[in-house]
Amino acid sequence: MAKIVTKNLNLWYGGFHALKGINSSFEANRITAIIGPSGCGKSTLLRVFNRMNDLIEGVRTDGEVLIDNMNILNSYADLVTLRKKVGMVFQRPNPFPLSIYENIVFGEKIHAESITRDKLDEIVEVSLKDVLLWDELKDKLNEPALRLSLEQKQRLCIARLIAVKPDVLLMDEPCSTLDPQATARVEELMRELKNKYTIIIVTHNMQQAARVSDDTGFMLLGELIEFGKTQELFTAPRDKRTEDYITGRYG
Amino acid sequence: MERHVDEELKELNKDILKMGALAEETIYKSIEALKNRDKEMAKSVIDNDVNIDTLELAVDEKCIDLIARYQPMAKDLRFITTGMKINAELERIADIAVDIAQRTLELVDKPLLKPLVDIPKLAAVAQNMVKMSIDAFVKGDIALAKKVLLSDSDADQLRNVVQKELIDDYMVKDGTTAPRAVQLLLIARFLERICDHTTNIAEDVIYMVQAEVVRHHPEKLKNGQ
Repeated sequence: MAKIVTKNLNLWYGGFHALKGINSSFEANRITAIIGPSGCGKSTLLRVFNRMNDLIEGVRTDGEVLIDNMNILNSYADLVTLRKKVGMVFQRPNPFPLSIYENIVFGEKIHAESITRDKLDEIVEVSLKDVLLWDELKDKLNEPALRLSLEQKQRLCIARLIAVKPDVLLMDEPCSTLDPQATARVEELMRELKNKYTIIIVTHNMQQAARVSDDTGFMLLGELIEFGKTQELFTAPRDKRTEDYITGRYG
Repeated sequence: MERHVDEELKELNKDILKMGALAEETIYKSIEALKNRDKEMAKSVIDNDVNIDTLELAVDEKCIDLIARYQPMAKDLRFITTGMKINAELERIADIAVDIAQRTLELVDKPLLKPLVDIPKLAAVAQNMVKMSIDAFVKGDIALAKKVLLSDSDADQLRNVVQKELIDDYMVKDGTTAPRAVQLLLIARFLERICDHTTNIAEDVIYMVQAEVVRHHPEKLKNGQ
C-alpha cells in the first residue's frame, strides 16, 4: 500500500529548479533508499515530505505530495500534525541539551495538553525499547543526553521521534558520522522499525542502500531517473545513467 | 571514465579466456588421443589437469577478491558472478576431457571395435560449442550465446546415433564387444555432457549481458527474447 505518492512534483529554490516532475510511490512498512550524487535533490525530496523546505526563503513547490491520500502541499495543511506524523533524523545526531528522559518526552509535552508522569514514563520506556537502548540507559535517564556516544545519540534521536508516534521516518544520511559497527547496529534497528513505520533514507553510501532498503530511487540533476526494487536496481538497472552511477562510472 | 577496477576486470576476462583455451585444448587432445590410439597424449591430458585446477582456483580467488574489495554493482556484479560460474563450468569440461582420456587408455590396448566416425563429429560439435560459448562471454555476444543453445540438439542427435549403433550393431549382436562398446558409449555421453556445460555458459552470458535469466526458461528463447 502506498503511504506517500508524489505527482509531478517540482521545487524551485529561487530560480534553481531542484526537483523536476517527480512521480513516485513510497510503500508503507518498507525502507526506501534515495541515492544520487551530491546536489541531485535527494535531501530536498526528503524534506518535502514534512515540508522542512518551507523554512528556506524563496522555495516554491508545485505538483502533489499525498500522504495517506492527503495533499500535504496545500497551504491549509497543519504542519505541526504533519511533522508529528512524518519525523526526521539528521546526519549529525542532534539531541537537546537536556536529560535523556526530557529529550524523549519533549515532543509529547508539546503535542499533548496534559499528560501524567506515569504516561511519560511509559513513553520513555517504550521508545527506548524500540531503539534497543532501554537496557543500556534505563538507570541513566536523568543524565545529560549530550554525554552519550554518537551512536546512542542517533538512537536517542530516533527514540525522540518514535515517542510522538509518527507513521513515517525520514532519515537523511543517518549513519554518516558513525563507525561501521555502529552503522550496522543502526541498520539493524531500521529493519526492526520498518514493521511499524514507513522509512525513507537518503544515503551516499550505496552499499548501505543495497543492504538496508527494499526499494531504491536514483536521482540525478533533480530528476528521479529510476525507482524500483533494490535488488533489481543494483543488479540490473534499466537506465544507463543509474548503471553508470552505481558502478562508479558517473563523473 | 576509466576506473581502477576496470584493469582488474580486464585481467579477469583474460584469465577466463585462458581457462577456456585450456579446456578447448584438453578436449582436442583427448579426442586426438582416442582417434590415434595415442597413450602418451591421453596421459598428458590427465597430467595437465592440475594446471586447469590451479587456474580455476586462481580465478575463483580473484572473483572473491574483487567482490570483497569493490562491492561491485549492476553489470560489474553480473560480470564477476558470471565469470565465477563459467570458471566452474570450464573446470568441469576439462575434468570430462580427463574422463575421455581415461576411457581411451582402457581402449588403446584392445583391438579397434570400429572406425570412429560419429564420435569425432560429436567431438567437433563439442569443441565448437566450447569455443563459441567462450567467445560469447568475452565479447558479450548474445547472438553467439543463442547459437550455442541451438547447437545442443545437434550434439544430442549425434549422441543418439552413436548410442544406437553401438547397442544395436555391436552389443546386441555380439556380447563380447560390450567392454569396448561401453567405453565408446561413455565417451559419447561425456562429449554430450561437455555440450551441456557450454549451454550453461551461454545462459550465463545472456544473464550477464541483458540481466535476464533464461536458465530453466526455454520459452524465453523460443519467443525470440
